[in-house]
Amino acid sequence: MASRATSAAGDLLFDQTDWDFDTLRRTYDAIEEVARKDLELDFYPNQVEIISSEQMLDAYSSIGMPLMYHHWSFGKHFLGHERLYRKGARGLAYEIVINSDPCISYCLEENTMPLQALVMAHAAFGHNHFFKSNHLFRQWTDAEGILDYLEYSRRYIAGCEERHGTDEVEAILDAAHALMPFGVFRHRRPRQLSLQEAENQRQARLAAAEQNVYYLWNTLPSRPDAAGVTDAALQERKRKMQLPEENLLYFLEQYSPILQPWQREILTIVRNVAQYFYPQKQTKVMNEGCACFVHYHILNALYGAGRLTDGAMLEILHNHTNVLTQPDFDDPRFSGINPYALGFAMMQDIRRICEEPEDEDREWFPDIAGKGEWRHVLKDAWANYRDESFIQQFLSPTVMRRFRMFSLADETAAPFSTITNIHDTRGYRRLRDALARNHDLSSMEPDIQIVDADLLGDRCLHLQAIRRDGVPLHAADRDATMKHVERLWGYKVELREVSADA
Amino acid sequence: MAHFVDRRLNPKDKSLSNRRRFLKRVRSQIKQAVDEAVRERGIADVDRAKKVSVPTGGVSEPTFRNARTGGRHEHVLPGNKTFQTGDRIRKPPRGSAGGAGKQGSADGDGEDDFLFSLTREEFLDFFFEDLELPDLVKQSLKEITRTHPQRAGYSTSGSPANINVGRTMRNAMGRRIGLRRPKSREAEELLARITQLETLASPTAEQCAELATLRARYDEITRRRKIVTYIDPLDVRYNYFQQRPEPNANAVMFCLMDVSASMGEREKDLAKRFFMLLHLFLDRRYQKTDVVFIRHTHDADEVDEETFFYSPQTGGTVVSTALVKMNEVIAERYPPSEWNIYAAQASDGENFNGDSTVCAAVLREHLMPVCQYFAYVEIVGEDEAQLIRSEETGMELWEAYRKVAEAWPNFARKRVARATDIYPVFRELFARDHEGKANG
Repeated sequence: MASRATSAAGDLLFDQTDWDFDTLRRTYDAIEEVARKDLELDFYPNQVEIISSEQMLDAYSSIGMPLMYHHWSFGKHFLGHERLYRKGARGLAYEIVINSDPCISYCLEENTMPLQALVMAHAAFGHNHFFKSNHLFRQWTDAEGILDYLEYSRRYIAGCEERHGTDEVEAILDAAHALMPFGVFRHRRPRQLSLQEAENQRQARLAAAEQNVYYLWNTLPSRPDAAGVTDAALQERKRKMQLPEENLLYFLEQYSPILQPWQREILTIVRNVAQYFYPQKQTKVMNEGCACFVHYHILNALYGAGRLTDGAMLEILHNHTNVLTQPDFDDPRFSGINPYALGFAMMQDIRRICEEPEDEDREWFPDIAGKGEWRHVLKDAWANYRDESFIQQFLSPTVMRRFRMFSLADETAAPFSTITNIHDTRGYRRLRDALARNHDLSSMEPDIQIVDADLLGDRCLHLQAIRRDGVPLHAADRDATMKHVERLWGYKVELREVSADA
Repeated sequence: MAHFVDRRLNPKDKSLSNRRRFLKRVRSQIKQAVDEAVRERGIADVDRAKKVSVPTGGVSEPTFRNARTGGRHEHVLPGNKTFQTGDRIRKPPRGSAGGAGKQGSADGDGEDDFLFSLTREEFLDFFFEDLELPDLVKQSLKEITRTHPQRAGYSTSGSPANINVGRTMRNAMGRRIGLRRPKSREAEELLARITQLETLASPTAEQCAELATLRARYDEITRRRKIVTYIDPLDVRYNYFQQRPEPNANAVMFCLMDVSASMGEREKDLAKRFFMLLHLFLDRRYQKTDVVFIRHTHDADEVDEETFFYSPQTGGTVVSTALVKMNEVIAERYPPSEWNIYAAQASDGENFNGDSTVCAAVLREHLMPVCQYFAYVEIVGEDEAQLIRSEETGMELWEAYRKVAEAWPNFARKRVARATDIYPVFRELFARDHEGKANG
């Protein structure tokens, strides 16, 4: 009996449910080997941190970040999560992973050893690879600097609270949080002024100051072509302030007539945090799909090599399936398409198309069908797509049939909702378009831009919301948010909702 | 190579300051909930955690978002069963609950109130707030009673100092027997025999064979003795101690209240806070606190809490009946040698003509000698309080109690018009407590 135990221990990574740091390290190394040699993943160095459930709740409530400045809304989320957790209505996430270099994954201490293996494969390799390779993250987030930046912002805001009082700071943060989704650059980075431009700006300020001395000149009756002048002035303003501007926080931070320097800095902080999370919002399906695909592949490889016991693998699969359940639309548990399920199904299907395609797949995906290089295809997808384009490109009829997808259109005026497409030959492409649109942030979030602000005139800030498909803004929220914009701008603010066709 | 960090021992309560900020934000709602709790709760359970629900409006985090209605929406849903392209589904009539259903609340808790619970400390903070207690008193009232460790069985983990040797050895022996650990004597005998055989100058083939088997046997035995250790960490048992609250002397608290028609809702609410505060105080100081409710009109009887506060009764007002009743209860159930006796009396100050002297006499002769403390509040209207400024003047009962107060330092009386006025009644009681603590 003793001999069997020793020979088994050589292969098995662990044979009990309790974990300790040695087992974690051994398992990590085994997972890393598969990730490097088999999947050829590219990832940041890993830092795995074990935390308690309370710390997990903490991390939850401050949007998943380990260090965050203080704000009442995080307290509110904490209480909300805590209540659900204590009631048993919601389990805790097994892990939280942070897009940083080194990549930090938080694992819950209550996880059993099989679960820890699952979580490490999922977070420390799946998510990590995605963070490091996806173009959105590479372009928009600074994995090396984020923790330092958060530390800086927490200290800065605490300092502001000491100097200006918590209420003042809270008011600015409330307003900034309200505009957080509109504090991101969707298409461009803010332009850094060149030295020449900075010099020009300084000169212009000087000139403006001198201009004030000649106030007497301004009392002269206006010239006859006043309309032309204002029009030209508007053009000039638009050019200078780069209007229209979609990043409301950026604009307010730059041009608000009333904000103090520290208030502007707080807006910058909130804006930068929003920008940091923007890629995550755009790649939910892909990010989770990638992580699930990776953990599934790695753990199956380990199991195949006889390094996991049957029991451990069963527990892993049990949790895997729990996460990947997609309830039907009429199921009481239904709450939208599960990004984990969709992403995982699509990625598994890509592999299938590469390895054993059917005629349909050859027709739909001539480039990859039957080529066999699924690793390459997947890595390319992970690197170069976001949810919307990924679905547009890779959602196959097989997956649509498996999910039994259909699209439902709803016009407010009509007494009926209409089934526009189902998973049949006619519907596949349009269904795919619709699902891609549902995952396109720019069509799910309102499109609001700053179109004009005459700083020398009445200082009224003009916002414009473009209604797509005639969908208006949520009225109560709109009015409450406008109050926040007014607080930051200090003068009148007007919002016009225009239809997209106009 | 990964870097593993154990963060479990990091400081806890990182989000405490966020929590405080949130509570500050929803102050008014919490206040309301606490007031409600004071009304609903029994005197003895005032210091419990409390669930508070806040309308989402107060703590909403608005942002620009698309409305759910208006315009054209198209969603892709999973799980088609019978639908064909072009099918039309009649929408549920506007305003009906089922329609928006689950989809409506996909992004959170929907429009329901935001619900959370206050801890005991937080609750008490709010409870104390309008009583305007000094900070020191607040602190000492919130303190949980002292505890002392008490034996409560055995555990598998603990500090080495607490190892229970008997249990541990018993387990070890059981395990050794169960796993057939070879005895040391057996090994010694074998070894002796082996040495004996080895020392033979010219062993026979038979003896050589025996030596080989003995050696194999000896190796096997030593190996088993190594595997099945004498004491295994599994066997170790520790004495387990539980923190039991310090058994303290018992206290009984008498709540006396005039329930004649002149005591309205407001008066009773003030009286309740007055009783609650005394109870909190006693509860902290004494392990066991009994509460006796005595209500009176022209006649007094002992009742339960529900009846005490909520059951209406009509009749005249004869205060002395309550005191006499209290005296009877003491004689019957609470011998002063075993019980610390506290009393709190609330009334609107009216009394049957001539009865006040009787009251004073009962107090002087029977009650004050056995009571630790007797607090009397006269609940008056706010405008009345403006009129009667002086402590000196008052109605008959007030006058009569003045003499008692002069004779007994542990008698306190006070006119109360607002919740703020309640604490001063106990000021001396709490002050004495501090002195006692400082000395002890």
